[in-house]
Formats: sequence, C-alpha cells, structure tokens
Amino acid sequence: MAAITDEMNSIVETAIAAITGAGNLDELREVKSAHVGDKSPVARANQSLGKMEAAERAEAGKVIGKARGQINEAFAARQGELERERDERVLIEERVDVTLPARRSLPGGLHPLTILTNEISDLFIGMGYRVAEGPELEAEWLNFDSLNIPADHPARTMQDTFFIEPLDSHLVLRTHTSPVQMRTMLNEEPPIYIICPGRTYRSDELDATHTPVFSQVEGLVIDKGITMADLKGTLDHFARSIFGPNVKTRLRSSFFPFTEPSAEVDFFFNGRWVEWGGCGMVNPKVLETAGIDPEVYSGFAFGMGLERTLMVRHGITDMHDIVEGDIRFSQSFGVGSR
Amino acid sequence: MKIPMSWLADYVQLPEDLTEDAIEKAFVSVGFEVESIERTGADLTGPLVVAKVLTIEELEGHKKPIRYVSLDCGEGETRFVICGARNFEVNDLVVAALPGAVLPGNFAISARETYGRTSNGMICSAKELGMGDDHSGIIVLPPSVASVGQDAVELLLINDLVVDVAINPDRGYALSLRGIAREFAIALRLPFSDPARSNFLTDLPSSPGKGVAPVIDAKDGADRIIIRTLESVDATAPTPLWMRRRIEKCGMRSISIAVDITNYVMLELGQALHAFDADFIDGKIHVQRAGSTKTFITLDGQERTLQAENLMIADDKKLLALAGTMGGRESEVTDATKRIALEAAHFDALAIAKNSRAHKLSSEASRRFERGVDPAIAEIASQRATALLIEYAGASYADVQSDETSQLSEITRSITFNPAAISRLVGYDYSEAQILESLTLIGGSVVKHTASEWTFEVPSWRHDLWNTSDVTEEVARIQGFEIIEARLPLGKSAATLTPQQLRKRSVGLLLANLGLSEVYNYPFVSEEMVKVLGFVGPRAASFRLANPISEESPLLRTHLLPGLLTSTQRNISRGAKDVAIFEIGSVFRNVSELQSAGSVATGVRPSDSEISRIYGSVPDQPLFVSGVLAGGLDRAGWWGAGRAVDWSDAIALAVRIIESTGNVGEVVQSDLAPWHPGRCAEIRICEKAVAHAGELHPRVLEELGLPPRTIAFAVILSALPFNDVTPAPRVWSMPAATQDIALIVDASTPAREVQSALQAGAGELLESISLFDTYSDAVSIGEGKISLAFTMTFRAPDRTLTAAEVSEYRERAAASALKQCGAIPRT
Repeated sequence: MAAITDEMNSIVETAIAAITGAGNLDELREVKSAHVGDKSPVARANQSLGKMEAAERAEAGKVIGKARGQINEAFAARQGELERERDERVLIEERVDVTLPARRSLPGGLHPLTILTNEISDLFIGMGYRVAEGPELEAEWLNFDSLNIPADHPARTMQDTFFIEPLDSHLVLRTHTSPVQMRTMLNEEPPIYIICPGRTYRSDELDATHTPVFSQVEGLVIDKGITMADLKGTLDHFARSIFGPNVKTRLRSSFFPFTEPSAEVDFFFNGRWVEWGGCGMVNPKVLETAGIDPEVYSGFAFGMGLERTLMVRHGITDMHDIVEGDIRFSQSFGVGSR
Repeated sequence: MKIPMSWLADYVQLPEDLTEDAIEKAFVSVGFEVESIERTGADLTGPLVVAKVLTIEELEGHKKPIRYVSLDCGEGETRFVICGARNFEVNDLVVAALPGAVLPGNFAISARETYGRTSNGMICSAKELGMGDDHSGIIVLPPSVASVGQDAVELLLINDLVVDVAINPDRGYALSLRGIAREFAIALRLPFSDPARSNFLTDLPSSPGKGVAPVIDAKDGADRIIIRTLESVDATAPTPLWMRRRIEKCGMRSISIAVDITNYVMLELGQALHAFDADFIDGKIHVQRAGSTKTFITLDGQERTLQAENLMIADDKKLLALAGTMGGRESEVTDATKRIALEAAHFDALAIAKNSRAHKLSSEASRRFERGVDPAIAEIASQRATALLIEYAGASYADVQSDETSQLSEITRSITFNPAAISRLVGYDYSEAQILESLTLIGGSVVKHTASEWTFEVPSWRHDLWNTSDVTEEVARIQGFEIIEARLPLGKSAATLTPQQLRKRSVGLLLANLGLSEVYNYPFVSEEMVKVLGFVGPRAASFRLANPISEESPLLRTHLLPGLLTSTQRNISRGAKDVAIFEIGSVFRNVSELQSAGSVATGVRPSDSEISRIYGSVPDQPLFVSGVLAGGLDRAGWWGAGRAVDWSDAIALAVRIIESTGNVGEVVQSDLAPWHPGRCAEIRICEKAVAHAGELHPRVLEELGLPPRTIAFAVILSALPFNDVTPAPRVWSMPAATQDIALIVDASTPAREVQSALQAGAGELLESISLFDTYSDAVSIGEGKISLAFTMTFRAPDRTLTAAEVSEYRERAAASALKQCGAIPRT
C-alpha cells in the first residue's frame, strides 16, 4: 500500500511541477493532457486498479482519487492565475489615448440672446411673473398713441421707427416691447405681473454698438399699492441675478412718455456706471387708456436692451458678432452656459 | 446742450474746488445725463500773445501762396513768421504762438527754417487753438478789444469747462443757460440768480407806432408775438469777444452781430428770436399757414416745397420765414441792413414739430419750440436782445408792437394735489418740508389749503407738469432716488411658461444638442432674393418698409430661409466647411385683408369693438423654426471619414422637431421651391402642411454660391397642435419573433405606402416594422423596380409565438402589400 502511496506522491509532485512550470495557457493545456489525460500516469494507475484485490482496490482508489484531486486543483489554480495574467495584459494592450477628440458631430449652440432670455424669464417666473409676448409687426396705436406718445410728439422722433407701406395701414415694426404691456392691460384685470422679452426695431445703422434689430426685455407690474420702492427692489434683484451678487444700481431721473416718474437705471460694473435701461411708475394716462383706475391701482415698468446686457456681461465689444450669425459665436455658448 | 461752466457761473456761485466728477454727479442727480466734459485749453500752453502785423512779404514760387510776416508782439523787437493764411492786412491784430508754446494735438511751436526763411512762431486760426472748427483763416481781432503783447489765452477765454448735457424732450426749458443753471443750483443747493430780468431795456421807443406790427392770423399756431423795430443799425459791428466765445463754446458759430445777439439770447434764456431786415417787409408781419404758396427758400439756400398747413411768418405780400424753424434767405439781415424787425414769438409746440418734421429740418430754434418754450420769456428776451443791439450794434430803439391770443395770466396753471399721494406713489414718507423745498426750488410756489390739499403754482416754463404724478417726479428727483428703500414685490399667482413658450425653448435645445447653431437674422429681404428662391403665393406676399435701412432690402421676410441662406454664405466665406444653423422667429405674410383701426382716442379705454379693430389691423405672424446645413454634421477625424449631410437629414430633423412636440407627421413627396423638385418632403398633420424639408434646388445653390447638396428644413411651430395626455403603452415581456420580408415594387411607389400596407395586413401582434434595405438592379429586380426589405417584430402579450403563427402573419402582410401596392415578394 505504501508503494502506491509513494508512487502517487511522486506523480503528483511531477504533475504540480509541470503545472507550475507552464508559462502560458497553451503550455498549461499540454501539461494537462500529459498529467491528467488518458495516457497520463494517474490514468494508468487508475487502470491498474482493475487488477487489484477488492480490499486493496478500495484503499488504492482513494489514494489515486486524492492524487487526481490534487493535480486538478493545482491545474485550476494555475489556469486561473494564467487567465488573470492574460486579461491584465489585454487590458494594458487595449489602453487608448482618451484625450483624442471624442466629439464626432458638430458642436451646436444656442444664441446667447436665447440663453439670456431664458435666464431672465426663469428668474421672473420664480417671482410670480408670466412671460408675455406679442407681434413684432404692430399697430401704431399700440406702439405709440396708447402709450402716451401722440403723433408729432418729439418722443416719436426719439425712436426712429420702421413704417410699413402704405402708411395708412398704421403698422410699424415695434420700437419697444411696450405694446405687449398695453395688450396685456387691455386683455386682463390686475394684478398683472409680466415680463416681455422680444425683438424690437429702430432704424439705426448697424455699427459696433447699434443694430436696427435688437432685443428688449420689459417688465410690468400693476397692483394695489405698488411704489417706486417696489421698482427699486425688483431692479436690484434683477441686476444682481444677471451681473453678480455685489452689483449696485442707481436710478437717474429721466423722461419716458409712458412712465411718471421716469428714471434711467444704471448699474455699477467693473468700476464704472453702465446705462442699463429705462423705468418708472406707469403713467396714469396709460392706465386710463387701458381702463385701469389709477386711483385704485399703480404700477411700475422697466425695459432693458438684451444686446447691451450681453455685451457688458460677456465682454462683447462689437455688435456685429451678435447679429451676423457666425456659428463660432453661438457654438462658444453651447446650450446653456451663462 | 453744451454748457460753458464760466457762463453758468454768472447765475450760480460755484464752489472753488468743483471737480469734473462733482459736476457730472450734480447734473446726474437731478436727471441730466452728462455726455462729456471738456476742459478746453487743457492741451494748450503759451506763450500765446496778441501781435500786430507790421509788414507782409508775399513769397513767390511755392505751391500755395505764402506770406513772410513781421509782427510786433510787444517784445521790443520785431518777430518774423511764415503764414499760409491770407485774411489779414498790415496793422491787423492777430494771435501769435511763440516758440515754446504747445497747441492742441501736441503741436509744439519752435523757431524753424521753412520756405527759405526763419519762422519764429505761428499766427493761429481758431481751429488751431481748439476753439471751434472755423478754419477759414487766422483770427483777426478787433482793435478795440485787444492790445499788443496781451496774453491771448486769457483774452480769448480759452480755459474753461464745457459740459455737454443731454436734454430729454420734456425739458425744453433746460435748453438754455437759465434753465440748466437752475437745475445745477438745485443739485448742489446753491443760490440761483435768474438771468430773466424785466428791466433789460430802460430806453423808451423813439417812434411809437412807426415800426413793424405783428398779427397772429393762425390762432392755433402762436399765442404771442412781439416785434421790436430798431433803426440805424451797424450790421457790420464786431461781435464782442466774450459773446462770440460763449456762442462758440456752446457749439454754434459766430455769424454777424445781429445774428450773434439773437443766438446769444436764445442760449441764455431759451427763447429763439429772429431778426428780419425791416426794410424788406411790406406792411405787417403775420403768423399764418403757408396756404397756397408752393415754395420757399430758407436761409440755408434750400428751396422748400411747402405744405398748406406749414406755419409761416409772412408780411402782407410774401412769406418771410418757416415759423420757429428757419428764416428766409430774402429777409435775412445783411451787412447793408439798417433797420431790424426783431421777432419774439411763442409758437405752438406741435406746429413747429410738424414744420420741422415736414422739412426734415431740425434747427436750434425748432428744437426749442417743439420741446416747449416759456411763454413768459418772449418779452424778456426781446428786451434783452434789443438792449444788446443798442449796446453793440449802435442801434436805436424805435418801436414795439405785439399781438397775443391770450394773456399770460390765463396761461398760468396750478395743480391741486394731496401731499400724501406723493409718498404713496414713491414708497417713501416725505416730510412736508421736503415737498415744499422741492417745488420751491424748481421755481414754483405752493399754497397749503388743508393737510391733504395743496396747490402748486406751476412755473411758466414747466409745461411738462400737469398732475400729481408729475409733481411726484419733481419731489422724487429733487430729494434723490437713493433715499428710497428697496422692496421686492412678488406676483400673486403661480406662473409658468405657456405650452408654446416651452415648446419654443425645447425645440431650440433639441437642435442645439443635435449640432446646429442658433442665429438671429435681420428680417429684411431683397426682391432679388425672393426671385432667386422662387417664392410665389403667400411667400411672395411681402410687407414693404416705407423707410428701409437699405433700399436693396425693403421687404419683410415671409420665410426664415432668406436670412439663413445669407448667414450660411457668410459662414462659408469666412472659411467654415461644415455649417449647421437654425433660427426660430416670426414671419410676415401680407395675405389677409387688413383694415386700419382708424383713429382711436386715448385717456379712456377704447370700446370692445375698437379694441378688436386694433387687434384685427395687425397681421397674424406665424412662428417658424428653420435650418440650413451644408457640409457634414458628422465630422471627419481620427476615426475616419465624416458624413456629408443629405436630403434625408433635413427630413429627419423636421420629423424630430415635430415628434418632440408630441405630434406625428405624415411625410409626402413635394416639389416646393426653393427645394430640389425631386428631393423635397412635405410633412402634414391632419392633412395640413406643417413643414418642408429636403435638399435645396441646385440652381438656387449655384446662384447663392452655396455648396452642392446643401439641405434645409422649415417647420411652422405655431401650426403644430397641442395634444392631450399621451396614453401609456403596455410593455409586454413575452419573447418577440422577427420576420424579414423583401418586396419588389415600382420604383415610383413611396416606401411609406408599402410599409403602411404591410402594417395593415400584419395584424395586431405586429410590434414594430422598419425598412432596413433598398435595392434596385435592372437585371435581377427588373427595369423601373425597386426592392424594399423590411423587418417585422411580432409579440403576443400572453404567450410565445409559434413559427407557424408568425409565418402566417408575414403571409398576410405580404398579401396586403400585393393588393395595395402590387408588391411581389422577392425570393
């Protein structure tokens, strides 16, 4: 009995040495067929069991089975080890340069005017305002007369207007988004809290700081007890949201036919006062035209140029970049960067 | 308006240490925007002296006439200079810059050799000294005002601060030193002395009743006119230097003594005056309408075509001036004038605005009249100018006559208000003293009847003040906006974007995320572009601008493509290879009968029918989203070649836009210009065209210089319906079975029809169907035929489908395709 035990020990020893010595999976496969295959010493020992006495066979079978188990175990361990090595090598071989450009399609982008409009709309929606819009080709009465700008009033020449032929159509390209305010006041009962972004037109030549087609955002609040303090607070909040938490604003007395008192609003940015827009308390004449009783309601309105806002905030030095539709301009803003 | 601070100082005692910053702050605090502050003379250093011309030697043989001049500069010895000007003679007094002087533009004067002589200084023009743009010659000083050797910097009042202040249209009174000085005094709470005094003229007229008499015929054109007649005028008398310098610093030119005096008084008091040659006037001076007279030559030499309603000054026989706007050439004062009729009138602001607008003529006078002039100042200004003509033009005062339609006392206005209403509107609790101070400072007076009822006597020059709001603005402005505390009001109801606004925003994001760049194009289009794009029907029905920026592009866009194609051209001309742009915007189509709303009153709410007439006068302006793509949307790179866009990309984009709004469009073949007639899809919802997409017409691309195969899409965003809530599908989990089928049809059969036929026949368990291949080959498929290969996926909710079942569905689908499209299975 001891003889077979010694023999098996030697066979196992030889097999394990071969398994451990296999340097790769192919070698391991050959080693496997040599040491556990049909013609391997273990297999041959197994075959010899048939010639043994029954009592002896059981004992010898155990010894051989144990030896086979040891070899298989060693083999499995070595196989796992070699597979891991192979996998690691593949992962190293498959390494790529992830800094290669990855974007295969064109980068698109929203125009920054859209991004700013969305930003402002969201800001005011959060304060309970609705976004009101209206036609760009507008009735003269809504653009001027109803806003206390009668025909031949010098204020009309302040805004060089595009008129539509024939002149008796009394259609103009709106010079401000204020007709949207008048439409809202005519259509709805106070309280009114609206913000009106949109395209507006004045017949200036395009240059570095002017464009005949530009964008405005106007705000209008009509409610009981609205004061200039409300206007000031709203403008402060607006300016801080757009230009940063430390931005200061100031009001300067001014003139607009549709507000009284009227003021210009400036903000202090990068060390200087910058003109931002106009504002004031809605002129009672305008409220009366809209059928709103100025004894009961008061309101404020303000309006800013979006191009100007963009130019200051983003350091755009030439209006041409905003209006010329060069894809490099919109692309640089992506789909949502401020 | 340009304000020399040295002049303003006549009426306000300025602090010694007044900085430019403080000046700007002061004007801004009371609502006047400062455009610029110029420190005149800051770039000039002397020596600059008055010199007498001793001899003039004309140097010959140069390209232009050159003089070699000897000067007495009061230095004891004669100085020689070269001079190119010719408007002076021996014994004239001129201004000489001596070596060491530096003139504006960092022009250093030194002794130098030129034209073969030594020039030891320079005789200066006004322009060279930075005193204006008069470069007609060198300055020749009247002998009475200067003496040889005198410091000319001081004499010419060169050192000053000139503040250019923007004047809003409601503040006509501030277009004068009187008005602006008052505001400046208010800002710094300094005492103000009003230059409008009533005792300018102490003389009595020498020949009462012998002068020119005025009469207002057009009662709505003026409410007062005063004519003072002056005799034995020396129209060639020199304008005193101080007056001339003040006029120049205000940005005007010195013309002649009579004109200068009227301009000076206008700048000082705000009343535009006009001096006529009285000998030219027949009979009376009339304020009247132009009537039937057709033309008139203004003093700028232009012949004006008159409109009957133009407000004119005339005599008994002829027109003399475009009232309040510009005088006539014939009646202007000349060197030969001996008698002057000095007109001071208060014209109706609207009448002058119309005059100015009708003739595109904005003059110093019309700018003031249309913004409103103090009606009480006409008499005072007339006296002031008369006194100056007596003093400086040797005139004698002959007569004064006037006409008025109402007395000044009738024009005086008062506003009754409740002081508490001011605090209420501003949101600041003003004291009575603050309100009183504000209204007194601006020149009015206040009577307190009760605590809640005050009366404010409006100053005659403040025609902009009518009601409590106006009074409130004055109080808020004078007390300063900075004292008002900020408060943030919030809306009273929940707010969101409207579905249409959300849709517009999400479509923009979709396209940007797909690689397109958003642009905003001008909506101005040329007729040429309409022609090139082949627009007809509604897309050729443009609105036309009466006053376009460019005569070439007078039309409003009926489509977004003109602007997008122009932007594509621009991008390509700047070197872009791959261009993908889109725009979301309104278009304007002149397709409906529009009725102007006519005249609708303001101040009261229009009637409902008036409101609907106003709304009805405005055309519908549909919202479009459109895009143009040239080159590749998928770029070439280290991964290999890029992929150029083709017609199907345009359709895919349009379909994605439509699907992103929860709609499903039906794609049909179309041939709409400017698309390729064989590569244009129309997309319909409920039989209505809502989009077009495809490749653009090769001829259009060639004419616009765009790359071949450029594609475009256009979707009418505002025509896309809003649907109800989407019912959720049940997602079955039993195994799916797929069946491929290839069908041969006539090449003209739309693939979508074949697919619909398969769908119709395949039965309820068809989960999806997609076309995965097309193949055409005359030999194997047949001439004019095409093979379309589809994959159909079937799934049952409750069981695994058997091969026999699925095969039967496939056969039914094939039968339906055969019946509807003549499709033959390809074996």
